[in-house]
Amino acid sequence: MTSPISILYDAPGPLARRRERIGSGIAALVVLALLGLGVWYAAGRGVFALDRWDVLWDPPKDQSAADVWRSLLVVGLGATLRAAAVAAPLAFVLGLVLAVFRTTRIAPVRLTATAVIELFRGLPVLLMMFFALLAFGWSAFAAVVFGLTVYNMAIIAEIVRAGLASLPKGQTEAAYAVGLSRSQTLRLVLLPQALRTMAPSLVAQLVVLLKDSSLGFIVGYAELLKAIQNNSQYFGNSYLVALFAVGAGIYLVVNISLSRLALRLRGRSRRTAAPAVDVTAGVLPTGGTGSSR
Amino acid sequence: MVIADNMPAYLAGFRMTAQLTLVAGAGALVIGLAIAAMRVSPLGSLRAFGAVYTELLRNMPLTLIFFFAVLVLPQFGVILPFGYWTAVICLTAYTSAFVAEAVRSGINAVGIGQAEAARAIGLTFGQSLTSVILPQAVRSVIPPLINVIIALAKNTSVAAGFAVVELMATGRRVAQQNPSDVVLVLVGVALFYLVVTIPAGQLANLLERKVAFAR
Repeated sequence: MTSPISILYDAPGPLARRRERIGSGIAALVVLALLGLGVWYAAGRGVFALDRWDVLWDPPKDQSAADVWRSLLVVGLGATLRAAAVAAPLAFVLGLVLAVFRTTRIAPVRLTATAVIELFRGLPVLLMMFFALLAFGWSAFAAVVFGLTVYNMAIIAEIVRAGLASLPKGQTEAAYAVGLSRSQTLRLVLLPQALRTMAPSLVAQLVVLLKDSSLGFIVGYAELLKAIQNNSQYFGNSYLVALFAVGAGIYLVVNISLSRLALRLRGRSRRTAAPAVDVTAGVLPTGGTGSSR
Repeated sequence: MVIADNMPAYLAGFRMTAQLTLVAGAGALVIGLAIAAMRVSPLGSLRAFGAVYTELLRNMPLTLIFFFAVLVLPQFGVILPFGYWTAVICLTAYTSAFVAEAVRSGINAVGIGQAEAARAIGLTFGQSLTSVILPQAVRSVIPPLINVIIALAKNTSVAAGFAVVELMATGRRVAQQNPSDVVLVLVGVALFYLVVTIPAGQLANLLERKVAFAR
């Protein structure tokens, strides 16, 4: 295995390559030994015994495997996706509006938009969910959607703004020169390009939004985590490991696929229209219980 | 004023939030740096381990990690001390993946020409690392790292769902005791978070602009 091009190391010669192979093998053994120790310990506690996993194909209490999987995939994941599917478009539209307001020349509008963005991206999503729940008295679903929407609209507004800022000035100048109004310039020239440049960041933000929907577990919204807990309470705690493994797997599959999509989009936009500066560098790891603000 | 009346509770909650942020932040920095070092190391197996570690933790919701530590681990016979230390461990593990990503992208952001130029003028590996590459890498890493720590400060709120009485849990408790002043109570909580997140965010922006100019 050759190492990738890293600025920290020279391209290895044959001797260095052999040393790397040996070192890599030793490191692999250490990692595998540690993992094996964990698995051995868990096996000793009976975690891998079949009767702790058969809930996935032959559950007790007269339930069929289809019932279990339906409660996880349809009810649980369905609730998670439903919250995300309502919040994501809302956050996108509101974020777009905020981004436009934030770049306008009318000072009061600009300042208000800036304040709204700073406010909502500085607060934990969970706090906003509790606000809707306790202050507005909304349902758990509405509270989850509210929290996801207001937080992500602020982040999306920042992403779109970064996209607008990355466009060459000549774009605006040319649009004005051919007689377009400011709103036409935004709508026909700037936003389409900005959204294209920022598509990877926007998709990456979807992962954050989806991850944050699991905060619904804390505010009493019956999403995927709650479905896992409900099932293990119904069938018995000994099944919790199996049910959790399935739930974690579902999250990983959904989120890693979305992350991959974002990476692929980024690779494509880099090939076609590389922006002068890599605007995504600072913005990409955004949001929520995800990474930065 | 309901906020003034409950000031001691707010401050205690805020102190817990700050403590979680600092302790988990320090832990995440150490582990994250180690993982980042693995990811740029010449040893393939360590690179693979680092990649799996970051991908797994970054793509799992933090709530799921808390769920694992509080409810699933006891099934393995591992019972973490309830509350504070569980929260520290979960937040550290989760944040370390983001630290590792930030550091790695910072190292990769240094142009490869820098290393080639350093070698071309005859610097040794150690010299080019310590006087050419790392100084530049550190510069561009600090703004994203600040952002990771801001996210951590906000993420401590998740611990409220798992029996840690930090700022968010305090606010919820006070709000339930004062049903008529819920809005005010939660606005008070919000202010405590904003006192930390907005100035830190401004600092990160400022530093980022400086780094951008330096390039």
